[in-house]
Amino acid sequence: MAAAPGGEVAWWWWPLALFCLCFVLGMIAVPAGVGGGVLFVPLVGGFFPFHLDFVRSAGLLVALAGALAAGPGLLRAGLADLRLALPLALVASATSIVGALVGLALPVAMVQTALGIAILCIVVVMWSAQRSEFPLVEKSDWLSQALRIHGVFHDASRGRAIEWRVHRTPLGIVLFAFIGLLAGMFGLGAGWANVPALNLVMGVPLRLSAGTSGLILTIVDTSAAWVYINKGALLAIVAAPSVIGMMLGARIGARLLQIVDAAIIRRMVIAILVFAGLRALGQGTGIWT
Amino acid sequence: MSEADARISPVQRRFAAVLETGMRFGLALLALGLVAYVAGWVPTAVPLQSLPQYWSMPVADYHRATGAPDGWGWLAHFGAGETLPMAGIAVLCSAALLAIIVLLIASVKRRDWAYVAIASLEIAVLLLAASGVLTAH
Repeated sequence: MAAAPGGEVAWWWWPLALFCLCFVLGMIAVPAGVGGGVLFVPLVGGFFPFHLDFVRSAGLLVALAGALAAGPGLLRAGLADLRLALPLALVASATSIVGALVGLALPVAMVQTALGIAILCIVVVMWSAQRSEFPLVEKSDWLSQALRIHGVFHDASRGRAIEWRVHRTPLGIVLFAFIGLLAGMFGLGAGWANVPALNLVMGVPLRLSAGTSGLILTIVDTSAAWVYINKGALLAIVAAPSVIGMMLGARIGARLLQIVDAAIIRRMVIAILVFAGLRALGQGTGIWT
Repeated sequence: MSEADARISPVQRRFAAVLETGMRFGLALLALGLVAYVAGWVPTAVPLQSLPQYWSMPVADYHRATGAPDGWGWLAHFGAGETLPMAGIAVLCSAALLAIIVLLIASVKRRDWAYVAIASLEIAVLLLAASGVLTAH
C-alpha cells in the first residue's frame, strides 16, 4: 500500500483500488447476470472510506453506464422492447426520485441497516427465484392490450420467431414502483428485481426480460442519479474511476461469458453479496464497525 | 436485412442510436475529464492530497467544509478539475432524455396517443429530477 509522508495512505490509492475493484466487478457481473450497482454499493460502502452518500450516487452511475453500454445492442437485436419498457420505467423513475430524496434525508446508520437487509433479501431472490424461458400467457390483460404491449422476437439459439404478450400488467406496475423506490434509496441498479418481475409476474420471455430490464435501468437510474447530482452527492474522484473500471471489466466479462461456467460465477456473486450484506447490516447496527 | 432485423421498428433503432451516441460521447468526456483532473493539468478547488479529509463526510458537511457547489452550480466553476468529469456524467445522464424525446416525436407522427402521453410524462419526470427543483434548499 502506498504511504504518504505522514504514514497515511496516499490519496490516489483509494481511487486506484476502486478502479481495480470495479474492473473485477464488471468481469463477474456479466456472467452472473447482475448489474454492477448491486455489488458496488455494499462492497464500496462497506470497505472503502467514502461516505455512503457518494457511494450510492456512484452506484447509480455504474449501473446506468452498464445499461447504456448494453442497451443499444439489445434494442437493435430485438431483445429489448420499448413499448414494454416505457410504462414501467415511467412509474419506477418517479418512485426512484422519491427513494433518492428519502435515502439522502435518512441517517446513514438507518440507510446502512436497511441496505444490509435489502442485500440479504436480494440474495434470497437470486437464490430461490425460478426462471421460465417462455412463460405461458394465455390471455393478455386489459392494460397491455390497450397499450399494445406484445410482439415477436427472434430467438437466435433456436432459430425461430417467438410471439410474446404479457399479463398482470397492473401488478407489474405496482412492483416496479417499489423497485424504483429501492433503486433510488440505495443506489442499486435493480436489474436483480426487474428480470423476475418481468419474467415471472408479467410473463415476458426470459431473454426479452433481461434486455428490457437494461432499457428500464437507463431511464430509472438517470432520474435518481440527477437527484444525487443536484444534492451535490457526486464526487468525481469516486464516480469516474468506478464507471470506467466497470465498463472496461464488463467488456472482458462479456467474453468470459462464453468460456466460464456462469452458474459458478453466480454462486460466487451470491456469496459476495451475503458477505457485503452482513457487513452493511453490521455497520448500520454498530456491531461490525 | 434479415427477417429478424426487419421486425425492429425504425423508432427503436433511432432510440438505440441516440443512447449509443450519448454513451460514447459521455464516456469519452468522463475519461478525458478524469485524466485532466488527476494528472493535475487543471487547477482544483480542493487539492487532491486533501480529499481523504473530506470524502468520508456526509454530503452536507462536505459542502460546508469545502465550499463545493451543489445543483448546477458546478457549471459556474467549469474548468476546475472536479467539474471536468461532471460534463461527461451530465451527458450520460441526458442520453435517456434525448432518446425519449425522439420517441415522443415518432409517437406524435404515428398518432399513438397513449405513448405520446407516457413519453411526455417521462420527459417531465426526468426534467424535474434534472432541474434541481426537488433538491433546492
